[in-house]
Amino acid sequence: MHSLTNLGQRPINHNEFKMSRKLLLKHIDVPGIRSFEVYRQKGGYNAVEKALKEMSSEEVVEQVKTSGLRGRGGAGFPTGLKWSFLAKPEGVPRYLVCNADESEPGTFKDRYLMTHIPHILIEGMIVSSYALGAKTSFIYVRGEMMPQIKILENAIAEAKAAGFLGKNILGTGYDLEIYVQPGGGAYICGEETALLESLEGNRGNPRIKPPFPAVAGLYNCPTVVNNVESIAATVDVINGGGEEYSKVGIGRSTGTKLISASGNINKPGVYEIELGLPVEEFIYSDEYCGGIAGGKQLKAVVAGGSSVPILPANLILKTAEGNPRLMSYESLSEGGFESGTMLGSGGFIVFDEDQCIVRNTLNYTQFYHHESCGQCSPCREGTGWMERVLEKIENGQGSQEHIDMLVEIAGNIEGKTICPLGDAAAWPVASAIRHFREEFEWHVNNPELAIKQNFGIGPYADPLVPVTK
Amino acid sequence: MAEEQNKIKVKIDGITVEVDPGTTILNAARKIGGEIVPPAMCYYTNLEGSGGKCRTCLVKVSKGSEADPRPMPKLMASCRTSVMDGMEVQNVTSEEVQSARKGVVEFLLINHPLDCPVCDQAGECDLQDLSYEHGVGQSRYEFEKRTFEPISLGDKIQLHMNRCILCYRCVMVANQLTEKRQHGILYRGEMSEISTYIEQALDHDFIGNVIDVCPVGALTDKTFRFKNRVWFTKPVNAHRNCDKCCGKVTLWYKGEDVLRVTGRKDEFGEVHEFICNTCRFDKKQTADWILEKPTEIASTSVINSNHYTSFNPPAVIAKNEKLQLTNQEQLKRTERLK
Repeated sequence: MHSLTNLGQRPINHNEFKMSRKLLLKHIDVPGIRSFEVYRQKGGYNAVEKALKEMSSEEVVEQVKTSGLRGRGGAGFPTGLKWSFLAKPEGVPRYLVCNADESEPGTFKDRYLMTHIPHILIEGMIVSSYALGAKTSFIYVRGEMMPQIKILENAIAEAKAAGFLGKNILGTGYDLEIYVQPGGGAYICGEETALLESLEGNRGNPRIKPPFPAVAGLYNCPTVVNNVESIAATVDVINGGGEEYSKVGIGRSTGTKLISASGNINKPGVYEIELGLPVEEFIYSDEYCGGIAGGKQLKAVVAGGSSVPILPANLILKTAEGNPRLMSYESLSEGGFESGTMLGSGGFIVFDEDQCIVRNTLNYTQFYHHESCGQCSPCREGTGWMERVLEKIENGQGSQEHIDMLVEIAGNIEGKTICPLGDAAAWPVASAIRHFREEFEWHVNNPELAIKQNFGIGPYADPLVPVTK
Repeated sequence: MAEEQNKIKVKIDGITVEVDPGTTILNAARKIGGEIVPPAMCYYTNLEGSGGKCRTCLVKVSKGSEADPRPMPKLMASCRTSVMDGMEVQNVTSEEVQSARKGVVEFLLINHPLDCPVCDQAGECDLQDLSYEHGVGQSRYEFEKRTFEPISLGDKIQLHMNRCILCYRCVMVANQLTEKRQHGILYRGEMSEISTYIEQALDHDFIGNVIDVCPVGALTDKTFRFKNRVWFTKPVNAHRNCDKCCGKVTLWYKGEDVLRVTGRKDEFGEVHEFICNTCRFDKKQTADWILEKPTEIASTSVINSNHYTSFNPPAVIAKNEKLQLTNQEQLKRTERLK
């Protein structure tokens, strides 16, 4: 097994001890933290008191801007900036919608947070709604998460009974109602405009942008849609101040991030990391994933949920230039799509040497094919086509032309669709072929062997010669 | 003067045009006309919220505006992107756009049955034109195409879901021209299909317009099905006093018989004044109508291929008496049609 001493080349970071700092999950081990009383005892709802009593809504927005908090749902757009785009016409209501339609394969952090500490989301919702001037807010929860919906509804009732929701909150004159809306369980409803359509009671088809939700969102009113984790993170931003929050993390990736670790690791689960943690440490440290299960070799990692590009072991641990890869928005995307990936929603999927990349790509493509809404042509027709071609390759009926054709189809989908589902379907295929072409070719050239056994580790863990630019 | 100040300038493929603020790139291009107009399969001027779905009208915005000259990072759907002052757009001059369009056409065709020889839309089909211009000769799709059973939507309209490209135009007609929702999309993704509630018949005075707006042969007129090929029929503009609609139509003649009645389509295949079912399905006698003139059809259209509306005599005929004599008949007809 790898040891942590391998991290030698990394410059000594005096904040090393800070790496295990927890913000969102700091009270996760407290018994009964799901209930209002315990959560309040542990300092819960202090952010609501601070924001509503001591700060103006503009100050709250300013603090979130200072904090450098970036959207935790996948795109990583600065939350404060998104809030400042919200149109504020007179006499028109504004809405905050919490996107809890977490459906990305490999991502299960929001569900974890809502199950165990629902009040941090409610607290964040109150603070954020206050900042945006929203009097009605919605939490759109994926339909399959029935227990979480009950937990949230219960938490809202508790908060309301304690005077943190409803009319005239804490005597400040601010009114807020939060509603929980179960979705139908379609992946596409995690796209913000499809979510709004679904919330309005229509078919969950993404809208054509512009106009963006900040101008015309829910019921044609200005709306902000934020991920569960982004909203929950505002609690710490207000409690400690934006300045303090921005000191956590690395560079422009501030704060902590929940990572849902799954795959062939010893300790799958949800971990809160401070952004900037080396990927190698995250995989091999006993505090986090605890190394590859069964002492096997690492083959590949999907770092941010199924839609981000897959990277082979050598590129996920070190960038193409030879620097250690860190868990941060910038470091993971270093090298663009040539040699990088994305932090995405933090769905960290680890593959060991025995996993078949072709089969995995087929699995992802099946998912996107099934979840495409069918509104625009490239995604509707392309996802199914890719799935069928991959099925052929996986079943030993593929040819060299099939591999090239897949790259072309993925290229024809990427960037041509209404919403990012097209990109999400195209990236895994394009990146798998970009980095694991030998394995695809092996499948094509040895059809009989490919049905019986897997390609194995191949050259994917070999150290790369650093490319200096 | 004040009006002129409000106009904004946009450059499409190097041609500058002045349009009102809020105009889409597609409509600005249509104002210029000619080859630089992006094809549009799902956009329909008269239907609110249409467009953006088929992705055939994608263009490259190489300069966002005078104020913000950055190019837009992705190809934009020209039918849903408003022009900005000083915007520069590339359509036929951009390699990227052309290859993207080729990709979209390929996607549209992989599940299309390509049954043009038995399809009533052949000859006036947007998808035919599109694939002729941007498609490739051979399909790379080697799998079974998705198929549906044809559905009869009442006694006048037939739905062939196999041919549908899911442009949503008919859904919007049903939502916007009729009082109640008539039909919609069932299921999702590749398996989406247009359907009425448990295959109920469509029943509304204006529902026949779904046939006119359909860019392919998915929705066809049962009173015209398999009667004739459109290029054997002769379109004539006509009108009548109708208490329900504008009464302005195109009659499609074969000999003396009116085989079909449709709304009047402009050069981009769009009907601007929708007609009622009575005009469309029930008035098929010349006596019902006041005829105006032959409908203008683009000279490149297949509908024009068997009709010579005018004979353009080569210059040499005007000088040569012998030739004039041999072409007497054609010249006479030209005089008559003038």
